[in-house]
Amino acid sequence: MIKARTLQDLFRRYRRPGDLVYSCICLAVSLVLAASLSAQTTWVAGTKLLAQPAFWPHVAVLAMVLFSALHLVSGLISDKLDGRWQEVWFWLRSVEFAGWFMIYVIAVPYLGYLPATLVFTLALTWRLGYRGARHLGAAALFGLAVVVVLKSLLQVKVPGGAVYELLPATLRSFMLTYF
Amino acid sequence: METFLAGVALLLRWDVALALLIGSVGGVVIGAIPGVGAAVAIAILLPATFALDPIVGLTMLLGIYGSSMYGGALPAILINTPGTAVNALTTYDGYPMSRRGEARRALALAYSASFWGGLFGILCLILLSPLLALVAPHFGSREIFLAALLGIILVVLAHRGQVFAAGGLAAFGILLHTVGLDIRYNQRMTFGQSWLTGGVDLIVVVLGLFALSQAFLLLTDTDSAPDPQPVQGSLVSAMKETWVYRRVATVAGGFGVVMGMIPGVGEFTAQFMSYTYARRTSDTPDAFGDGAPEGLIASEAANNAVPAAAMIPLLALGIPGEALTAMMLSVFYVHNVVPGPQLFQTQLDFVYALYVAMILLNVIVIVFLIFATNLLTRIIQIPTRFLGMVILTLSFVGVYSLRNSVTDCAIAAGFGVMGLVLKRLNLPVVPIVLGMVLGGIMEVKLRSAMIRVKTPLDFVDRPIAALLAAAIVLVFVLHIRTLRREHLARLKGDEIDHDIHDSQQR
Repeated sequence: MIKARTLQDLFRRYRRPGDLVYSCICLAVSLVLAASLSAQTTWVAGTKLLAQPAFWPHVAVLAMVLFSALHLVSGLISDKLDGRWQEVWFWLRSVEFAGWFMIYVIAVPYLGYLPATLVFTLALTWRLGYRGARHLGAAALFGLAVVVVLKSLLQVKVPGGAVYELLPATLRSFMLTYF
Repeated sequence: METFLAGVALLLRWDVALALLIGSVGGVVIGAIPGVGAAVAIAILLPATFALDPIVGLTMLLGIYGSSMYGGALPAILINTPGTAVNALTTYDGYPMSRRGEARRALALAYSASFWGGLFGILCLILLSPLLALVAPHFGSREIFLAALLGIILVVLAHRGQVFAAGGLAAFGILLHTVGLDIRYNQRMTFGQSWLTGGVDLIVVVLGLFALSQAFLLLTDTDSAPDPQPVQGSLVSAMKETWVYRRVATVAGGFGVVMGMIPGVGEFTAQFMSYTYARRTSDTPDAFGDGAPEGLIASEAANNAVPAAAMIPLLALGIPGEALTAMMLSVFYVHNVVPGPQLFQTQLDFVYALYVAMILLNVIVIVFLIFATNLLTRIIQIPTRFLGMVILTLSFVGVYSLRNSVTDCAIAAGFGVMGLVLKRLNLPVVPIVLGMVLGGIMEVKLRSAMIRVKTPLDFVDRPIAALLAAAIVLVFVLHIRTLRREHLARLKGDEIDHDIHDSQQR
């Protein structure tokens, strides 16, 4: 049974652990941006305030400062939620996968799209703990399907790999075009 | 009628038909997999559609948008996990029905109510289009600025309980739009960084906030693999029951249309209002939340009526009301098709073609679901971390194929981590995207409006501008009134359902 007496109860979203850390970061970033506003924007003589190029950055940054300050205050006067630092640790753990993504991005122009994708999908699947032949096979098949559909068939713009230059001439042009 | 037929003729191409099929079926599958919503799929596919004709690209994206909610009802009913964010209320009555052995009935009701709502929404739009063609040309710079401002305000205020965070994020979105060279070619908020001179690309931000963040979230979180039971028996016969609840389905569709048209409001509001209406007018209000068919129908009919309605502000004014239409706006821009008042005057056949495509997608989806529901129950068993790997691999193509830039990928990864933090905190990412898009519209329109504005009152001296300004004031007044009511009728801590909006994570 839904425990809501009003429509507003149904709409309402609630704070989660880590909210206070987030609001502190937001306020700090907003204040840094506010401090740099004058150096990062230009006011043009003879132009109305609302048409100034500096108008919208000022509106945006000042609104950020206002809202993040109110958010922080509302967090400070609310009940403390357990699990704040575990939550922050979760955020930090996600950076590992951002790293995986960037390694994949950097590897593609060197290894080529097909080899880099196969290595990436297999290595990441292994890292995630799926070490059986079924999952690794599915990962390899998925990697191959992605490249065939997107590069070979749809000709999505992804450059050929530098290692393809080492291949014989006929195979090289085939790989550069399709994989 | 002639224009309508010309619109139909635009669709009579094999590539449009293929795009419609891929979009519709793909959307259902994507919607059915918890953790991959339509936003993730559209974000990934967006750059690929730039190479296609506008009608082909938009048909595919519309297919995904319109059909994902059908698919999202499946896990909501069978495993109590909404497939997409807007199927959250479906779990309240759908899952209890499943538990008491009525899964087939619940699915049939959800599908047929979705179909009802979807068609009702499109029908309203086709009937409204001539009216829009008359009204839209009266929107000048001032009116479009005020409509965009109203959209931003509604997006912020719609996040009840998180208005401060949503406001800050919308402002951040506006700031992102201002980065780069200003109108006089001066550096603006670039901090001397050459890679910021060209501005921050909307697609890169969208891919980071929606696709990469979801991949990071699934990869970092613990693994889970849903195990829904197959559905026995025919769905077609059970679908007929929706006719008994046609009043609820039609009113819910009506809420979907009205709320869908208002920028920044969308499916949640439509769903909650229809659900409240259905419960209030039901003979058995206590059964709501415990497997009431009307509750399920209200939720599904309302959310499926929204996509068609959400196209109204986009097509008529060039103002997206939520994230998915904001993404579609970029498809228009890439092809130099400028949505707005002129579109209804000069390309009404194109608009009708989109509407007919939406009708077709609803038909394709319902037929697909009648035959493939049990196949979908197998697809949604993919382990979540493996799914994270899949999304991450596909996201690479989305970002990198834009201009083969490692910097774009690094920015997208940064926004991916930011999106993960926001999703974990159950804070919305939509205000950032709308802030970027509507911020750009507001800056351009305000600047051009100021040429004719001498005093502040000049700004609202035209009827539509005055109405929009009055609407903005009214929204604030109503917000303060509801805050006061909410305070008086607030629930005790142990009565609150904190999880109703965990769907920011989907």
